[in-house]
Formats: sequence, C-alpha cells, structure tokens
Amino acid sequence: MRKEKDLIFEMSKPGRVAFSLPQDELEEIDLTDEIPAKYLRDEDPELPEVSELEAVRHFTELSTRNHGVDSGFYPLGSCTMKYNAKVNEDVARLAGFTATHPLQDEKMVQGNLELLYQMDQMLSEITGMDRFNMQPAAGAHGELTGLMIMKAYHKQNGNEDKNEIIVPDSAHGTNPASASMVGFKVVEVESNKEGLVDLAALKEVVSDKTAGLMLTNPNTVGLFEEDILEIAELIHDEGGLLYYDGANLNPIMGQVRPGDMGFDVIHLNLHKTFGTPHGGGGPGSGPVGVKEELVKYLPKPLVEKDGAEYYFDYDLPDSIGKVRSYYGNFGVVVKAYAYILALGAEGIKQVSEDSVLNANYLKEQLKEHYALAYDRICKHEFVLSGKKQKKNGVKTLDIAKRLLDFGVHPPTIYFPLIVDEALMIEPTETETVETLDQFIETMIQIAREAEEEPEKVQQAPHNTVVGRLDEATAARKPKLRWKSEK
Amino acid sequence: MEIKEGIFYTESHEWVKVEDNTAYIGITDFAQDALGEIVFVELPMEGEEFAQKEAIGVIESVKAVSDLYVPVGGEILESNEDLYDAPEELNNAPYESWMIAVDLADESQLDDLMSAEEYENFCKEEEE
Repeated sequence: MRKEKDLIFEMSKPGRVAFSLPQDELEEIDLTDEIPAKYLRDEDPELPEVSELEAVRHFTELSTRNHGVDSGFYPLGSCTMKYNAKVNEDVARLAGFTATHPLQDEKMVQGNLELLYQMDQMLSEITGMDRFNMQPAAGAHGELTGLMIMKAYHKQNGNEDKNEIIVPDSAHGTNPASASMVGFKVVEVESNKEGLVDLAALKEVVSDKTAGLMLTNPNTVGLFEEDILEIAELIHDEGGLLYYDGANLNPIMGQVRPGDMGFDVIHLNLHKTFGTPHGGGGPGSGPVGVKEELVKYLPKPLVEKDGAEYYFDYDLPDSIGKVRSYYGNFGVVVKAYAYILALGAEGIKQVSEDSVLNANYLKEQLKEHYALAYDRICKHEFVLSGKKQKKNGVKTLDIAKRLLDFGVHPPTIYFPLIVDEALMIEPTETETVETLDQFIETMIQIAREAEEEPEKVQQAPHNTVVGRLDEATAARKPKLRWKSEK
Repeated sequence: MEIKEGIFYTESHEWVKVEDNTAYIGITDFAQDALGEIVFVELPMEGEEFAQKEAIGVIESVKAVSDLYVPVGGEILESNEDLYDAPEELNNAPYESWMIAVDLADESQLDDLMSAEEYENFCKEEEE
C-alpha cells in the first residue's frame, strides 16, 4: 500500500535548486524606483526548494494516483464514462487543426470549416434536428444556450408571459439551475411509481404560462419515457417548446431520434456520448441543435457553404449572439467527428445496443443482492437502492467507499433524489463481459460483508492511500492551500 | 428518531413552533438524518416576504443540496445567522436550531400542518 505523500512544500530544503541561470548581462535596477513600495513584498515568497529529479518524481507519482477509464472500471451513472479511443487524439493533433488560428482568413482554413459544417449535418442526422452550433463548452452551457433560444423565440412571438419551465423531479440539477439563470420560473413535475413522468401530474402544471419542458430520454433512472409523444403534444398544444437534455443519448443513438419524438431544442455532450475525454481529461463540448423554426436564434456564426467554399455567416439578426469566444472547443469537435466517422452508421447503432445490453446484464445479476428501484428493462443505466444494506447500518456511501478497495470508481450515489440511498450504475458499451463479471462479484462480496461484517464496509476504504476522509469537516472548514508555519 | 410534542410538522420535514405571533421554523430529526452531515445553509434576508410553501433557503449536506420551504407565509423577522458558522447544529440539535422566524400572517395556515402524532405516522409511511 502506498503511503500518504508529503506536499512539495514539505520536501523543501533551503538553497536546493533545480535550475542554474547564466550570469546576468544586464545592469541591476532598484525595484523601488520602478514599482510603488506597496506592491513590493517584504519577504521572499516561500516557494518549494527541490531538485529537478525530486520535482519530476513528485509529480509523476501524483499523476499515477488518478483514476480514469484508462486505469479501471468507472460506472459513474449519467456520465457515460466510455473509453476514449486514442486514435481520435491523434486526429485532433494533426497540424492542419492545431496550427490554425481562429482569426485566420476563412480561405486558409477551409478544412476546419468543412469539418464544422459536416459535424453540424451528422449531429442533425443522428438527432433529427435541423441545425447545430458547436459553441457551448459543456452540457450546462448548452442548456443555458438552448433556454436562451427558447426565451428569444417566445419573446419574438409576443409571448413574454410564457415564463415557466417544467422539469421532472428526477432531472439533473443543472436543468432547473439553467432555467433559473435564464429567468424562467421552474415548475417541478413528479415521477410516477414506474419512474416515468406522471402524465396526470404534468397535465396539472401545463398552462398558457408554460414556456417549455426539459427532459432527458431515457430519463435519469435509465428508463425510456414511453409517453413522450403524448407529452410533446401536451406541451406543444400550449405553445411550449420541448428541450432535450442530451446527457442520456448514448443508448438510443441510431435507434430513435429526439427530433422525431417532438423535441425542438437539444444539447449534446460530446464528452459523454461521442467519446471525447470527460472532466479533468479535457474540456467538454455541448453543441446545441434546433428545429427549423428556431435556427435563426442559434448563436452566431453558423458555417455556410457557397458552391465549393465554406464561410462564417454572421448575418443572423435574430441570433442570441455569441455564447463563447470563437467557435467553441474546436479540438473536442474534431475528436467527436473522428469518433462518428470511425464508427459509421452501423457502429453507432452497435454502441447503443451494447450499452443497453451491458446495463441490463449488470442489473439482472445484481438485483438479487441489492434493492432495484425500478424492475424493468433499462436503457444505459439503472438505479439500485442500498436500503437492504441500510437496515444493517451500512449506507450507500459506505458501499461506494468499499468499492475503492477493489480499484473501481464508485457509481453515482444519492442521485437521483427520488430513490432512497441511490446507486446509479452505467457501465457503457466499451467494457468486456469479464470486467462486468468482476464488478458483479465485487458488489456481491460487499453485500455479503454488509450482512456478516458491516464494520468492514462502514470503515472502508482500507487499501487506499488515505482512509475515510472527513468530508463534513472538509466542507465546513476547508483548508484550501498550504500555509507555512512561520 | 425524535419527534417533539407540541409543535407542527410539514410533509417536507420542517417543524414550526409558534410563540405569540412568531413562527420559528427548522428541520426535523428525520430530515437531518436523511440529509446527512449539513455543511452549508442559505437563509432569507430579514424583511423579505414569502407565501406559504415557497422555497426560501438552501440546505447543503455532504449528500445533496435541498430547498427549505416555508410552512407558513409571512414576513421574515429574523434568520438564525449562527447557523452560517455552525451548520452542524442542525444535525446535533435539530429542534433547538431554528432557522428562520416568520411573522405569522394567517393563523389558519397552521391547519395545513401535521401534529406530532400525524407526523410520526407520515414518517413511518415514508420509510416503507
């Protein structure tokens, strides 16, 4: 087992350096002549003094402590932590992409524009929308952009009193947050016992004030909203719009299309569904797509084609404007483009089928040992409840911590809020059956421990660099940086 | 789980204690247990007015962020600012740690709330 590590500040020895500078040829100046005294420090900063090798070893060792998809199983529900193929990284590093500048003349970057144009078409084809803009830098940014478009649409149609956005109680927290940011009032609608939007409850909250409904389909508990056509009709009949949160597109990609379900606005998470790195592995990308009647509100510019030439169209007077500098996280779009082309139409279908197969395999094997929130065929993810184990004093948090001992990143826990002691598991399509079997075995072992030796689970993790962290004190009294004892 | 006699309860697990015309509001033992260790609270400003059941504050625990709903409408007389520095008091002593004091505008709204006995039954059902 590895030990807890000293901070680089704690390794410091006075006078030890990792550099040697040549003799200064310039004349020395008196800083106090150049900079007002109040901006000058009285003492030297306490920077760590270490050798080059110590610095290299320190950071190399730290880097091995990351857990990523490349190092182990990562069934983090709702996050689609699939393998990010390295070939896509190679493609994004081609000099034709990396050595261009966003302010370069359009004629010199025709390839880049062509890629953006084709990406727009491919994403439109996959989702059943008419146009996409790649500017939003992540999912929640895409939501914000989509909601701004909805607001602009209602405003231009003289329906400014449409100020309510309906959000299911199982939704990602970003949905109500984004709606509030845009100035909408959030109206929550309950889920029924099957984990789906309750139609009767929805009918009660839909009114002439309804600006729209935000929904993921499959929803946050991994179930397909079967009444989606009826839901869409309800909202559209009141003049509202349907927003599709693309967080859960993975299991339906190539099978059904949000556009055909009646959705008007959508954002995608390229860093979930389209195989680009997630979280700390790289920036995200949350393209926003819309149906024809909303195209004019999209952020500008859009890439257009005139004969054989591509150009940026800024002549969009109704556009909500720019939501990010330049054209979004272009490098991420390149990786996702490579991902789509590598898979092709058949491959995309296989992705969704395998993601559903893997999730259902895990669900069926685990439901004997853990309470299953909704016992029916799921899509890409499913929600277990730790309530059986809780009776023995073992909480879902303990189960998650115990998983660390087995080198597995724990599933999403305590979300969605509508399931008590929730464990939300999403294996993705890129895992082999052997990996899934190993996870099943581990989960069964933890369930057995919860019954026979609960302290072992309650005190986990045991094999990690540090044991159970005191998260409450860390949040209440955070120590955000190293402070010298001086 | 502790349920105190003589105060009112809501389905969203707040308690209400009425003294003269002031309603003191906090969260129940059931609520603090379900939330886990509470690390942050956000409370309304004195003088703000709210309708019954409106979300007026935020409670953040290591597990989740939840809204605080006001069980009875009225003007905020005071927020318990001690909780900003010591949110753990909501875990340690939920019934001693009132969060907001509301000027009770409409006494009949108390009729919408549950008694200790009714709340106990309600929690039992929730557990199942």
